[in-house]
Amino acid sequence: MTVIQHKPVNPIAHLSAEDIEILGKELDAIRDRVLAERGESDAAYIRKVIKTQRTLEMSSRAVLLFSLFPPAWVVGTAGLAVAKILENMEIGHNILHGQYDFMRDPKIHSTTWEWDHVSPAEQWKHSHNQLHHTYTNVLGKDNDLGYGIMRVDEDQKWYPLHLGQPLWNFVNACFFEYGIAAYDLELGRNLRKGRHKTPEFRARLRGVGRKIRRQVLKDYVIHPLLSGPSFLSTLAATFTANLIRNVWSHSVIMCGHFPNGVETFSKTSIEGETRGEWYLRQMLGSANISGSRLMHIMTGNLSFQIEHHLFPDLPSKRYQEIAPQVRALFDRYGLSYTTGPLPKQVASAWWKVIRLSLPNRAVARPGTDERPSRALAASGV
Amino acid sequence: MTTTVPRPAAKTSVRDRLLRLAETVTTPLLPEDYLDLVAPLRAGAALRGRIVAVDPETRDAATLTIQPGRAWRGHRPGQYVRLGIDVDGVRQWRAYSVTSAPGRPDGRISVTVKAIPDGRVSNHLVHRTRVGTIVQLDQALGDFVLPDPVPARVLFLTAGSGITPVMGMLRSGAATRADVVVVHSAPTPDDVVFGAQLRALAAQGDIRLVERHTDRHGLLGVDELADLVPDHLDRQTWACGPVGMLDAVQEHWAAAGVADRLHTERFRPTVIAPGEGGTVTFTRAGLTLAADGGTPILDAGEAAGALMPSGCRMGICYGCVLPLRQGAVRDLRDGTLTTALPGDGVLIQTCVSAAAGTCDIDL
Repeated sequence: MTVIQHKPVNPIAHLSAEDIEILGKELDAIRDRVLAERGESDAAYIRKVIKTQRTLEMSSRAVLLFSLFPPAWVVGTAGLAVAKILENMEIGHNILHGQYDFMRDPKIHSTTWEWDHVSPAEQWKHSHNQLHHTYTNVLGKDNDLGYGIMRVDEDQKWYPLHLGQPLWNFVNACFFEYGIAAYDLELGRNLRKGRHKTPEFRARLRGVGRKIRRQVLKDYVIHPLLSGPSFLSTLAATFTANLIRNVWSHSVIMCGHFPNGVETFSKTSIEGETRGEWYLRQMLGSANISGSRLMHIMTGNLSFQIEHHLFPDLPSKRYQEIAPQVRALFDRYGLSYTTGPLPKQVASAWWKVIRLSLPNRAVARPGTDERPSRALAASGV
Repeated sequence: MTTTVPRPAAKTSVRDRLLRLAETVTTPLLPEDYLDLVAPLRAGAALRGRIVAVDPETRDAATLTIQPGRAWRGHRPGQYVRLGIDVDGVRQWRAYSVTSAPGRPDGRISVTVKAIPDGRVSNHLVHRTRVGTIVQLDQALGDFVLPDPVPARVLFLTAGSGITPVMGMLRSGAATRADVVVVHSAPTPDDVVFGAQLRALAAQGDIRLVERHTDRHGLLGVDELADLVPDHLDRQTWACGPVGMLDAVQEHWAAAGVADRLHTERFRPTVIAPGEGGTVTFTRAGLTLAADGGTPILDAGEAAGALMPSGCRMGICYGCVLPLRQGAVRDLRDGTLTTALPGDGVLIQTCVSAAAGTCDIDL
């Protein structure tokens, strides 16, 4: 992909400023319809998922106390991996977005929730909810584009360091929660700018340190110790479960904004952006994953990334419901709704990481047209 | 949820050590988050109760019998309990008088709820509550109680659901120890909550009951009390009912110079009347400002120099939420009104909420 303003054929050139505002109003109407219905079924749903997750996690950990016995290892590890995925994706991510704040239950609320992750919820909410969701796919503003360590857009400058990015991406996938923690700390930037000694940064670092200590103590010390003779096999099991969770969430998240068909935007293009234009950017900047109901739950409904980015605070199970309406809007406004099965989207994202590890001229690429289109200039996008 | 339970540092019992070990396994949750799934009413849990029976009293009132959790510390007759119930998935807190006598062998308590027109919570409790529902509770509160010993002569002056705290007192044997007169107003005989029981007490001679059916005879005026209960000003009086009635009663007793003999209970002392804009108070910062109905509270607060948490400023990141202690706000995106009664602490997104009346915000 390349910044939408530089594309030879601009995918939104046919939309007038007025079209974009009407599109925004139509999306607002979808949101209002969901809000009018939101209530008991959403509360019951998240409580059920939480109960299922907690039951699964504790029973898997109990089974792993006997992990020397191979079937127990397999069942316990699989159960724990699924529990951790549910906890991070369908529960943690969505509660931390405030999707269930409407319930006014202090136990299930974005301000009180803490998740099974080394990045403290508070720091993640800032970098994810505030920066990524506001500046989605704006080069130089949205650090999710390559997480600051990779080049995922032709318009990002190439450095020799990028040659290694397929490897960085693989390592990041395996230890994704640590990658996220470093990302939420803006570790690289803060180190480069010498800000690592400020009291504010040190306090955040301590917060991450505390969280890592607790997570490591639980998974790699206490639980194995409680397993007695199964110490080593339980250690291997919790490590494997964390690895599976990390690779899975990394894959799902790569599919959200990296696959082919997703657009990026230049920094200047969002100055004075209207609500309609913000919606349009979310529509073009995200990609979905098609699949079964179970797949949607296991991705925390981030398989409906487009719907999630349009309405990040609607309860996640509503995304599937409104997807046909959202898709109809894409059709009506002549926009392309990017979606595909998981393997295809993961492959597409990985291919981009590999392709862009080389400088632009090394790979075939359509000619660049630097002239911004008239419609874009008019709409301000 | 990572907050650990504070505990005394001095002695570490086996139980404490086990608890600490359990916390290292359950982090980032607490052991209680798991125990709540199986034993929500156990000792040490946050105070909750299970509804074990719902019995209709009148066509629009019902008594809920609640089995409180082990943490319940009991109540004094006349006190109320704050009860949190999920209505349409949203937790709502309301206060209701305890109508059962203290010390039931099964530990249960009851509250009696009258459905008020358009009352979301009261209608849910009276008409749609299912047995088995778990409700959140606070410990009993309130000083609308009989002293010990009970004064020799007592007047209960009540209207509508105002009979509920008085019923708690009568069931605790107040009438057997004193000369009790009950003056109660309700629209019709059938609308008298606990009508049968009150009439039975009167028939036994335990109380003197004066019923006023306001549909036929109109509202009771304080000036009528001289005829109905000639010695009313000499009696220790407990009054509970609508605001208008209580205002009139207080004036009457004060004018006679015996305000100290009158005890009143006001439900919903603050009436939230939503409007456009209003006065916003940041309670901890001690800052008060006037905000119009079109300006987000975040902007208004910042303009007045308050140190407001903020984020995306468009309602998506939840970086700006603050507790609304009381008052009403309107969501600028869709016009939804959110109200909070004193003690509620409803969390609102200040970047998309404008004042819709007087608001107290915890900042």
